[in-house]
Amino acid sequence: MGEKVFMQGNAALAESAIRAGCRFFFGYPITPSSELPEYYAAKAPQENLVFVQAETEVAAFNMIAGVASTGKRVMTGTSGPGFSLGMEAMSYMSAAGLPAVVVNVMRPGPADGDILAAQGDYFQAVKGGGHGDYNIIVLAPYSVQETADLTVKAFELAFKYRNPVVILSDAMLAKMMESLELPERITPNENYDWTMTGAKGRKHNVITTCGDGPIQWENYNLALQKKYKKIADNEQRWESYQVEDAEIIMVAFGSVARIALGAMKKARAEGMKVGIIRPITLWPFPQKAFVGLDQQDFFVTELNAGQMVEDVKLSVKDKERVSFYGRMGGMTPTPNELYEKLCELYRK
Amino acid sequence: MKVIYKRPPVLTEAYFKYCGGCGHGIVNKLIAEIIEEKNWLEKTIIVWPIGCSVYADQYFNTDSICALHGRAPALGTGIKRALPENLVIVYQGDGDLVSEGFSEIMHSAIRGEKFSVVFINNAIYGMTGGQMAPTTLLDQKTTTSPYGRKEEESGAPVNMAELISQIKGCYYSERVAVNTPQNILATKRAIKKAFEYQMEGKGLSFVEVLSPCPTGWKMKPTKALEWLGAEMMKIYPLGVFKNPEVAK
Repeated sequence: MGEKVFMQGNAALAESAIRAGCRFFFGYPITPSSELPEYYAAKAPQENLVFVQAETEVAAFNMIAGVASTGKRVMTGTSGPGFSLGMEAMSYMSAAGLPAVVVNVMRPGPADGDILAAQGDYFQAVKGGGHGDYNIIVLAPYSVQETADLTVKAFELAFKYRNPVVILSDAMLAKMMESLELPERITPNENYDWTMTGAKGRKHNVITTCGDGPIQWENYNLALQKKYKKIADNEQRWESYQVEDAEIIMVAFGSVARIALGAMKKARAEGMKVGIIRPITLWPFPQKAFVGLDQQDFFVTELNAGQMVEDVKLSVKDKERVSFYGRMGGMTPTPNELYEKLCELYRK
Repeated sequence: MKVIYKRPPVLTEAYFKYCGGCGHGIVNKLIAEIIEEKNWLEKTIIVWPIGCSVYADQYFNTDSICALHGRAPALGTGIKRALPENLVIVYQGDGDLVSEGFSEIMHSAIRGEKFSVVFINNAIYGMTGGQMAPTTLLDQKTTTSPYGRKEEESGAPVNMAELISQIKGCYYSERVAVNTPQNILATKRAIKKAFEYQMEGKGLSFVEVLSPCPTGWKMKPTKALEWLGAEMMKIYPLGVFKNPEVAK
């Protein structure tokens, strides 16, 4: 089994990426994600890593596209405004089939906003954010342990589908310390038939996102959509807590799911039949988790004005059964606050 | 019979899509010849820009990746850092390098990235239909400067080869032109030097090529060559601005 340590979320993420064979990190410092570049910078000599502090996130996201094109594992980490600057390259990497991993440690926006935990970038990560029809695989951990595990998973999925993957963390997860078991060290395969490595012993490879005619580009898009369908069919991940007998099912992801668990425990102790569905992949959204749950009410809670709630409504039979309570990030609800909301729902 | 001129095998059989009289085709061919002569096909990766050379991946038997507009130096940074032994060529036009990607090229120079940049300066946006570039000459008419470029509105033309030579991480910077046979040969020598410096592990090597755009300039190809020699060269003098031989 892996090494047991007590670590901060961002540091555990960086360490897990290194253990997953990601030797390359390009990034620009921004709170609350700066421990990611700092960790890579500090470990570079002894771990034989390549770290570049990019001049902008625009550059950082394109640098990782460059490394990904060579078949090597690469990552950047950023937050809010930096994630916005990376959107052009997210669209590019999606079209080009470049398997890079991007960490967005969410903080409250819009604009400069604040630096505490938030989930207002859900739409941006899950629905695109850049131009064109594309999808990014989005993984949302809720603990430091799961941050480490999903970091390893992120690289696997990125290369399996030749698609960028976003790890959607938040300031609370990133800054808290927890004990965890670190993943095993692996040496990943870097030999693929599509990479930019020089045309040695093979025909030359081309990576381009420039359409060469409307029919050709529609076909290119249709091939992408086919891939997205396959990902949506195969990669939905979630965790369910006590939904079997539940009358009200809370839906929460990331650090808010921890608060929801506290509220659920209290409600259960009071005899209320409450369960939780915790989406782990935000794209593809785990619609399968809601299959057969036609008699229950759903209570969605997020650190935003209501974003994932739209995907919950698309996943259930009767959207009238879905209610929402959120705080805008920075300010987070307490377990009692959510419990009170549950009581109100229960009384209805 | 001895073959003294042929299509370099580094090029594919595809026809160039460049307009008649355009300089891109000449520079593409020179790059192919150098790769051929040096036997570097197997280690070459070319990063193409958005601009008139956007389809150049179709012309080369090397690995090719087409970047987002302006981001070729950032993409090149990632590739060269991942594969330091390979020849990474970053090919850019003036809209790409001087405007959209000004930050990326300057910071690549600041970091002393060890790739080569071939910069095509034709004083106009060709692909989008003849708009003003940061390299457009004063009083030059384009579709977005229909009364001529005015310094008080749009600033003056940017001399990239001189500017980038001031950055410590730039190892070599030269401006050449493809308007005469002699200048074309000098262009080939400059680009070859840039590639050689890269393979010796030196810092950023930068070659600015003054290149005709008869379509964008609304001139016959012969007139375009004259205008390049008479007008562009007044603002953009040919020469070596960072000379590693002298620096030694």
